[in-house]
Amino acid sequence: MMTFDEIKTLLTDKFGADAIMDAETSGLQPAILINPEMIVKVCEELRDNEKTWFDFLSCLSGIDHGIESNKFSVVYHLASIPYNRQLVLKVVKEHSRNSENLPVFHSVSGVWHTAEWHEREAYDLVGIRFEGHPDMRRILLPDDWEGYPLRKDYQAAEEYKGIKIN
Amino acid sequence: MQVNKTRYDLLTENLQPEEMIINMGPQHPSTHGVLRLELITDGEIVKEVIPHMGYLHRCFEKHCESLSYQQIIPFVDRMDYLASMNNDHAYVMGVERMLGIDKDIPKRIEYIRVLVCELNRIASHLIAIGTYGIDIGAFTPFLWCFRDREHIMNMLEWASGSRMLYNYIWIGGLFYDLPIGFEERCREFITYFKPKLTELNQLLTDNQIFISRTAGVGVLSPDLAISYGCSGPMLRGSGIKWDLRRADEYSVYPELEFEIQVGKGEMGSKGDCWDRYKVRVDEVAESVHIIEQCLNRLMNELKRSPDFDPRAKMPKKIIPKEQDFYIRAENPKGELGYYFISDGKTEIPKRVKARAPSFNNLSVLPEIGRGVLIADLIAILGSIDIVLGEVDR
Repeated sequence: MMTFDEIKTLLTDKFGADAIMDAETSGLQPAILINPEMIVKVCEELRDNEKTWFDFLSCLSGIDHGIESNKFSVVYHLASIPYNRQLVLKVVKEHSRNSENLPVFHSVSGVWHTAEWHEREAYDLVGIRFEGHPDMRRILLPDDWEGYPLRKDYQAAEEYKGIKIN
Repeated sequence: MQVNKTRYDLLTENLQPEEMIINMGPQHPSTHGVLRLELITDGEIVKEVIPHMGYLHRCFEKHCESLSYQQIIPFVDRMDYLASMNNDHAYVMGVERMLGIDKDIPKRIEYIRVLVCELNRIASHLIAIGTYGIDIGAFTPFLWCFRDREHIMNMLEWASGSRMLYNYIWIGGLFYDLPIGFEERCREFITYFKPKLTELNQLLTDNQIFISRTAGVGVLSPDLAISYGCSGPMLRGSGIKWDLRRADEYSVYPELEFEIQVGKGEMGSKGDCWDRYKVRVDEVAESVHIIEQCLNRLMNELKRSPDFDPRAKMPKKIIPKEQDFYIRAENPKGELGYYFISDGKTEIPKRVKARAPSFNNLSVLPEIGRGVLIADLIAILGSIDIVLGEVDR
């Protein structure tokens, strides 16, 4: 079983120093900020390395950090069933909130199948696209819904197909 | 940006002449709520299953953007509406840990929480077992399960004032102490319920027709179960000994004795529908065992006293420090998680995301439902035990 710092060393040894952007250690659950370009490789390594074996993706959340910061991030909550350990990974990108051009992250649906539906949910509600996702459709809202409700700049819809919403 | 064709487009565009699309649901009784399954069939064989959900989407996360931590509890109740106590417990634990008061909760409160949660777990599993019988064509087990569940509903109504959506477990305490006489009535119920469980086993578990319909059907391998994020009885049915009550040792579970039940492939192969069903039946027996231990404690060393105030430790203002935190707990359906982001300034969380067990358990259906008979698909779906309130949130 590896400690948080050992996992960090393992990743920098394997993928170089630029794989890890930063680490958050102040809260109850420390998190590693991963370079968005390398997230898929990092996840594969953490899943397959016999010292970590993070075989279970508990949760994947897309996050809008607010209008002032213009940042979007994806948070991965990993769990290892053999070692009974948890790990938090984060990727952050800046984005201009241009509605034509959604923020894009790499999909980890090839690493854990469960990420497929989680990423569809993040796309549906937060408006984050995942590159390499096989089925990027809305999942909870109707297919023709406009906008992404959990975006901080979202304007609540007034009607849907002629039905007033109040 | 160039939009690639989705898997859904590829599946539905190129139908062969012998293939047909059938919609199962959203008003189909065996979909356990408003779930639509789009099936690509060739005669009786299901070639592909495409689940469509969202019919019960109630904007849980959107609502949470404008509610304080305490106000969210009733909304949490309505996610897995068959196991409201367990939802509350997980949520409340998360907030308490963020506030750093989780070690100060009196033992009596923790035991009452576990007691009501395990009662609710039995109620939830009874529905799963009963409705599964109906899916397969057995009507009597359903009536028997609902009869016994009603006793639990009445008891929890007595404690909380509500039949299904309790809002009983609060941050730092409880709504009220248990009503006087609750422990005795609960003990009577356990005495009544134990032989009923044996009867249920004789009626359904060992029933040859039931076994023929479920054994060897919908086999889910352990690798696939983990990769699809399945948890709870789904994962344990595939033979993996993984229970968060033991793994995370939250609340007073380390002080309680119980076994983690796993599927053994007794009737067919490991990880089939019968195994998942049997794990639930065995878990009901384990919950009964846990309840007995809780009652022993609550009636002896943690006896009620007139000056005991279940709201004494409740914080006046619930403002956690700036942080993000993921809490997970074992719901009857599996791993229920909440992801909190707190800004440290207001009583309103910046984000509360729920990781619902049914949502992840359902995502494996296209995989294990491929190539089966339509009637078997019903058996597989029933064995997943979904609650649409939680899938759609």
